Order: sequence, then C-alpha cells, then structure tokens
Amino acid sequence: MNEFSHFLRRPEAATIISLAAVIVFYVIFGGVDLGKLFGAASWVNFAANLGIVAIPVGLLMISGELDISIGAMIPAGSMTTAILSGYYGYPIAIGMLGALSVGILVGFVNGILTVRTTVPSLIITLGSLVAMQGIILSASVLLTGNASVPLTAPDWAKFAFGQLIGGSHQVIIIWWLILTAIFAFVLHRTSYGNWIFAMGGDRDSARNLGIPTSKVTIILFILSASAASFVGMCQAILFNSAQVSGGMNFIFNAIVSVVVGGVLLTGGFGSVIGIFFGTLTFAIVNQGIYFTQIDRNWSNLIIGAVLLIAVGMNETFREKALSYVPKKMKA
Amino acid sequence: MAPIIPVLELRDVEKSFGPIDVLHEISLKVHEGEVLCLLGDNGAGKSTLIKILAGVHKPTSGTILMDGKPVEFDRPRDAADRGIATLHQFGGTFPLMSIGRSFFVGVEPQKKWGPFTVFDRKKANEIAVKAVRDFGITRIDDGDRLVGGLSGGERQSIAIARAVYFGARVLILDEPTAALGVKQAAHVLRIVNETKQRGLAVIFITHQVMHALAVGDHFAVLIRGAVAADFRKGDKTREEITDLMAGGESMADLEAELEGYAQNQEERPPSLGHT
Ligand SMILES: Nc1ncnc2c1ncn2[C@@H]1O[C@H](COP(=O)(O)OP(=O)(O)O)[C@@H](O)[C@H]1O
Ligand SMILES: [Mg+2]
Repeated sequence: MNEFSHFLRRPEAATIISLAAVIVFYVIFGGVDLGKLFGAASWVNFAANLGIVAIPVGLLMISGELDISIGAMIPAGSMTTAILSGYYGYPIAIGMLGALSVGILVGFVNGILTVRTTVPSLIITLGSLVAMQGIILSASVLLTGNASVPLTAPDWAKFAFGQLIGGSHQVIIIWWLILTAIFAFVLHRTSYGNWIFAMGGDRDSARNLGIPTSKVTIILFILSASAASFVGMCQAILFNSAQVSGGMNFIFNAIVSVVVGGVLLTGGFGSVIGIFFGTLTFAIVNQGIYFTQIDRNWSNLIIGAVLLIAVGMNETFREKALSYVPKKMKA
Repeated sequence: MAPIIPVLELRDVEKSFGPIDVLHEISLKVHEGEVLCLLGDNGAGKSTLIKILAGVHKPTSGTILMDGKPVEFDRPRDAADRGIATLHQFGGTFPLMSIGRSFFVGVEPQKKWGPFTVFDRKKANEIAVKAVRDFGITRIDDGDRLVGGLSGGERQSIAIARAVYFGARVLILDEPTAALGVKQAAHVLRIVNETKQRGLAVIFITHQVMHALAVGDHFAVLIRGAVAADFRKGDKTREEITDLMAGGESMADLEAELEGYAQNQEERPPSLGHT
C-alpha cells in the first residue's frame, strides 16, 4: 500500500496505468490475442523510431522549451544520407556524418535564436520546420532532379542501423533502449539533470545560481534535432531510399507521448521512464489497433481519450506528490 | 557592540527609470549580527532598493560599499558571489523539485558511481534536511519531499537555511511574512533572529510594524523613495513608527485600522465572517 502510494507520486505513474488500461481495453473490447500482440514487431518498431525523438523533445519540455522542427529533421536526415551516399556515391560514413551535422547545425540555430531573442521556441522551431522543408525539397530537386533518392548501404551500416532482427524487428529498437538508458542516467543521476529541472522551474533563478542556461538550452536543441536526423538516417539505410516528405506526424506523436508520459507542458517536471512508457502507450494504441476487431479509424479517438485521461491523472498525482507528508510516526 | 565598518553601506544612492525618479539620496548602513528593517508603504521604493543590492538594477548614481570598499554589481551573480543572498516573497523558486535537489541547484554534491560522476542525492538530502533542522524546523525530515508541498513559512525557512549554509553574509528578505498567517510569520521571525545570532547582517523588508519591532535592531522608513527616518531599537514607539510610515495620516485612524487588521489576522480570514 505504502509502495503503491509511492509509485503514484512518480511522474511515470499515469502513463504506466494508461498503458495497462489500453491493453486491457483492447483485450476486452477488441478481442486482442496478447501473445500475437507482444510477438508483433510493428508497434515496437513504431515506438523505437518515435521514442528516440520523444526523449530529447521531452527533456527540452522539462527545461521549458519546445521543438517542433523535428518534423523536418527526419526527412533532412534521410535525404542528406541518401543524397551524399546514394546520389553522389560518397562512403556511407560521409552520408551519416552529413545527416548528423545537419541535425547539429539546425539544433544549434534553434538554440541560439531561443537564448538570444525573446521569441518563444515554439515559433522559432515552427520557422525552422518550414524553412527546412523548403531547403530539403529545393536541394533535392536542384541536386538530383528528384524528390526521392535511392541508397545502397554497405553491410556494416545495414547491420548497425538498418537491420531487421529476426526478419521483423528493426535494429533501431536497440538504439532506442540504449539512448533511453543514457538519457535516464543523465537526467536523473547527474548534476546536468538537476540543472534541466531547475531551468524548467525558474530560468532566471537557475541562471542566478550559476547554471549555464544558454549552453544547456543550445545542447538540448542540438540533441533533439540530431536525434530526429539520426532516425531519418536509419530509415534511409533500412528502406534503401529517402523521400522529401514524411516526418510531420512525429511532431504530434512525440508531443503526445511526452505529455502522456508525465512531462509538465510548462516545464520543471517529468521523467525519461515516463516518456519511454508514454511512447509505448502511444505505439500500442496506434499500431495495436490492427490486432483488434475495432475499426482503425477509432485509434485517434482512443489516443485523444488516453491523452486526456493520462493528463488528468498526471495532475492528480502531481497534487499528491506536492501534498505528500511522510507519516513515519504512524505504525 | 556593532563593528565600526558596516558590512554593507549605501551612500547617496539614486535610481531613476527614465524620467521617473524612484530613489533619492539613500544612505544606509547594516552591520554584522544586526537586523535592519526597511519600512515603507507600497510603492515607496523598497523593492527597487533591494534589487539594487541584489545586482538586478544598477544605481543611477551613488556608491555601494562592502566592508568599506566600493563595489559594483553588473548582474545578480556578482552580488551573490559577494555573499548577498536575496530571497523573494515565496522562498523556494523550484516548487516541483525535491528539497535536496533544489537546495543544491548549481552546486550539486557528487560521488563516483563506477566510472561515472553522479549527483549524490543521499548526501544532498542529508545536508539540506540537517541545515533546516538546525534552525529548529524539525517537521522536515525527508529530503525527497517536493518544495511546493511545504507551507510558506517552511519554504522561507529552507531558503534562509540555504543562504546561511552557503556562507551568505548579508541576507535580504523582501516581505517574507506578508503572505503568512500569524504562526507561520512567528516561525519566520524566529529564524530571522537565529540568522542574526549567527552573525549575518539581515535586511528585513516589511510594512508590518509589529513584525519589524519583533526582530529589528535598526530601522529605516522609506517614503516616496527617500529615507524619512533612520533610528535604532527603542528610539521610537510603535505608534510613532506607524505614524511615520503613513506620512501624516492621523494616529487615531491608523490605530483603528491596525486593530481591525490584527484581529483579522489572529481570528480568521475576513472572508469567513458570520452570516
Ligand atoms: N522598472 C521600473 N520602471 C519604472 N518604474 C518602476 C520600475 N520599478 C519600480 N518602479 C516604480 O518605482 C516605485 C517604487 O516601486 P517598488 O520599489 O516596487 O516599491 P515597494 O517595493 O516599496 O512597494 C513605484 O512607483 C514603481 O511604479
Ligand atoms: Mg515591493
């Protein structure tokens, strides 16, 4: 009982309960065969691609900022890889380096503009989202005369970034797990994590306490943009081609995952484990619906309901965490 | 009793925002182990004055001296580095962080964890809880509690304990008791007293004369941006001080107002009247 109330005070409590509820709902009302669902790759692949982007987006949100340019950074990553290594035939390492550099560059610009101006980061990254879409399309058409570019990656690159484990599970799942562990460690176990929470709580106070808020903000923007270009790069290597379109869904999906995962939209509160489970919840709702007898058009309704319920629970649990007084005196 | 050189001194400090003159020829001293109460009605310029001391604003003219030497604060960090800790009305500014984490923002204790250097949560919690308990706040015993879940008085107490722990020499409190009930306010006043006994200089801003009299050694009344009176404990009665603060309002009116106010504070919030 005590353990349970301790669990409820954690940022990830609501999403874990939501995830369980969605699965129960699918089993009861959708006739889902759990063995089939858990054996399936589709939702895990979906979650991994989304999760790698959702975590740094969530860290930014905890620090009080928002990045929606990720929507353009996924095709930016895949197109850069395909143009450099597919169209021009440079070694794949150059293509990959190029993709990550584009991510770092755009993240840096987003970060600099955010710390140097008073424009909200939502607007700044909306600008870079649209601008990057234009750049990708123009560059692709100008350089290759096409909006879709083929790519043949060597075996080692396929193995590390574009492999299908057991013929079905994308190797990016392993990257997702590794990155989740690293980000969880940094946010919850190091001083940097403490800085991120403090910045989201009160940026001016954090700065006055000596935290390099501008530097941390820029680094977080670089992480989110390059995480998105990394996912794009992996997709290009996996599918042997890249398209200028696609990626826009990631904006909506990542923000929903992060918020369902218990991150406070206004910053200062959240956890990486919460974002991880928020992503899983989103993926199960979105992809698990194919394993039910429910018409798939309902999945957005379910996501909407899950979002509202999870956010409602998050509010309640946060109140609980705030009003918590240890009762050690009682037997 | 007080050392001859004040730890902090203002000489002829003036501040204007564009055409608006907010502070005129402010000269004040505060010594170690002494509480300076800055009194004044709303809009008198109290907050502006402490923002100058905290490095938020630069004075338009005049000098700030620490230990007798002129200093300049270009930003809040400069004032903090010299040991001037300023606490704003609501104490802890990170309500969703734990006591231990918020106590150490920017100066996190670290330990080795395998090949990594990690935040030492246990140590942070222990030190933070001990620092607060040393001020007599025994109700706080779990460093994992969120700051936002504490009462206003407890938050103020933690913020003060934090400033003392990190070696502040001057503690500036902007209306720390304004939003608090009687018990909570008494609690904070006790901690102010304890802080003074530890040898810090305290600048205590308030417009509650009773609170000022409870802890003050030295009083300055600010009216429309100028020091209207500067006196020591025992030099003036409560009535004289309230009269001064009001700047001419009749004593009888004030008394009545004060009585009503005190009653409201002690008995119940005004909104809960009988019907
Ligand atoms: N940044 C500013 N620009 C212009 N006027 C200001 C500014 N800050 C304060 N003032 C003015 O200075 C006066 C004193 O304000 P303040 O120091 O907040 O008073 P107090 O804290 O005693 O209530 C007020 O009339 C206020 O309008
Ligand atoms: Mg004020």
